[in-house]
Amino acid sequence: MPVSADTEAPAAIWIRTQAPRWEALAAEAAAAPQRPHATVDEALHTLRTYRVLTQHLASARELLPASLLTAALQNACATLHAAINRAPRLTGAGWLRLFRDEIPAAAAAVRALALWLAALLAASALAGWWLINTYPDLVSLIASPRMIDGVEHGRLWTYQMLNLAPPALLSARIFSNNVIVILGAFCSGILVGLGAFYMIAYNGLLLGGLLAFAHQHGLELGLVKFTLAHGPVELSVMCLAAAAGTALGEAVIRPAHSTRTESLRRRAAQLAPLLLACVLLLLGCGLIEGFLSVRAAVSIPVRLAVGLGYWTLMLLWLGGRLIPRAKAQATAR
Amino acid sequence: MAEEEFTVSSLTGVDMTVRIAGPGTRSYAFLTDWLLRLLLALAWLLAGSLLRLLPRIAADASLAHAVMVVAVILALATYFLYQPVLEVLMRGRTPGLRKAGARIATVEGTTPGTGALLIRNLLRLIDALPVFYVVGLTCCLLTKQRVRLGDMVAGTVLVLDEADSVQSLGRLSVQMQRTALPAEALQLIHDLLDRWRSLEEAQRTRLARELLAKLDPGFDPRRAEASSARALQGRLEALLAGKRGY
Repeated sequence: MPVSADTEAPAAIWIRTQAPRWEALAAEAAAAPQRPHATVDEALHTLRTYRVLTQHLASARELLPASLLTAALQNACATLHAAINRAPRLTGAGWLRLFRDEIPAAAAAVRALALWLAALLAASALAGWWLINTYPDLVSLIASPRMIDGVEHGRLWTYQMLNLAPPALLSARIFSNNVIVILGAFCSGILVGLGAFYMIAYNGLLLGGLLAFAHQHGLELGLVKFTLAHGPVELSVMCLAAAAGTALGEAVIRPAHSTRTESLRRRAAQLAPLLLACVLLLLGCGLIEGFLSVRAAVSIPVRLAVGLGYWTLMLLWLGGRLIPRAKAQATAR
Repeated sequence: MAEEEFTVSSLTGVDMTVRIAGPGTRSYAFLTDWLLRLLLALAWLLAGSLLRLLPRIAADASLAHAVMVVAVILALATYFLYQPVLEVLMRGRTPGLRKAGARIATVEGTTPGTGALLIRNLLRLIDALPVFYVVGLTCCLLTKQRVRLGDMVAGTVLVLDEADSVQSLGRLSVQMQRTALPAEALQLIHDLLDRWRSLEEAQRTRLARELLAKLDPGFDPRRAEASSARALQGRLEALLAGKRGY
């Protein structure tokens, strides 16, 4: 690297006068990101440090471009930039806003899509019913030999689950399976929405086909009885997750912002709270299914009450009516 | 064409550049994390198996079964939640990313929030398709900022972590106060010492002798110490520390 006499003098003077300050500035740049909670004085000190560092960086770029010092100043600035602009931790008020405002807003954004996907689910369920009724042998495509054998001997597979695992473990297994399905529906939506459509159509086909198969052996009432308590919310959540996925796909096909990536990013950030709601609702479904649905002794009215009650609760929450604004604000205070 | 860095606008009007980590760094970090979480998950399973051997547990079949179920759940939770949980807790870093010298940042150069970190992990379901992250890696190779689908959706970028170089500002400050060497000379010595191990013996001793001859008035190239690489390295370090030279 050539050391010219022209640049040497001002650079050397600048270094001699400023170098003593860099040690303290570097110490603050290293300490600021480590502070979990900064006081007002600390935050102001960090901001002052940042301002001074960027001034020094501008001078260094002018006097010593592509030097080790410029790189070190630049890294110190970038570190402080990240520390100053980091997102705040979610506080009580933040959680309240998430559950009261952001989740209902995300649900409202995909309401129409969710209704269309519910229609697709119903249509594919009808198709599944027709298919298995018309071609009964096709049931081997959607049910395991053990399930088929059980139904042919008058036993629904649903009530045998309790014999295989304790309710808590069963709930956990059901919950994890459902979560994988809805996450899959959401994520596959990025494939221009086709993945979400496929998930919904496939699940509808399974539902209708298995119902038709149970009907052929006079067990359809048992299957409906089994799904009564957890089914309404589970199916609604599936449609919501798929709708969120489809909305992601829509952001790719019809970007509402300057680029497709930006559009996708904003849509994902808007819909992420809905996914959290879906996971929480599925947790409830898992518990209901593991502790209530699998017990043959639980009567239909009880199942109906639980199913409708949980579904109404979901509608109220996602409709933004579960946590009234005035009451919520009072709680936040 | 892939970019090696991107510019971040600051409030003060002085833009900063952030260096982007490539697919190699990304893969290295992922493999390190994968090995770690696999080992942790196996450790849970091993602990469960060992607990089952305890006489009190071995005597009760249902208790032994419950112990194993808990161990499996913990192992699965460790394996699948390792990355999202650590990325959130360590603010965009994991042990693997640390080892690879990278961190996750937003496209504005800041630390991503919890939502963005969870979304980028969620999208692994698609990036991992069909096997071995083919979708993610292909996307990484084709995009300007070397991002996979999850990063695109979350608005994140994998950047080189320069946190260690923040310390170098402090060190430079001390060195510049102690020595009268010009900044360019300091940089040359730093560059040479940084590359010391990667250079061949003859090459590094030649470069060191040439530098010392110009910068260290007390250095005599004819003396025996001038031929020893270790002695030359020590003399360069002494120059940086301000113990010799001008």
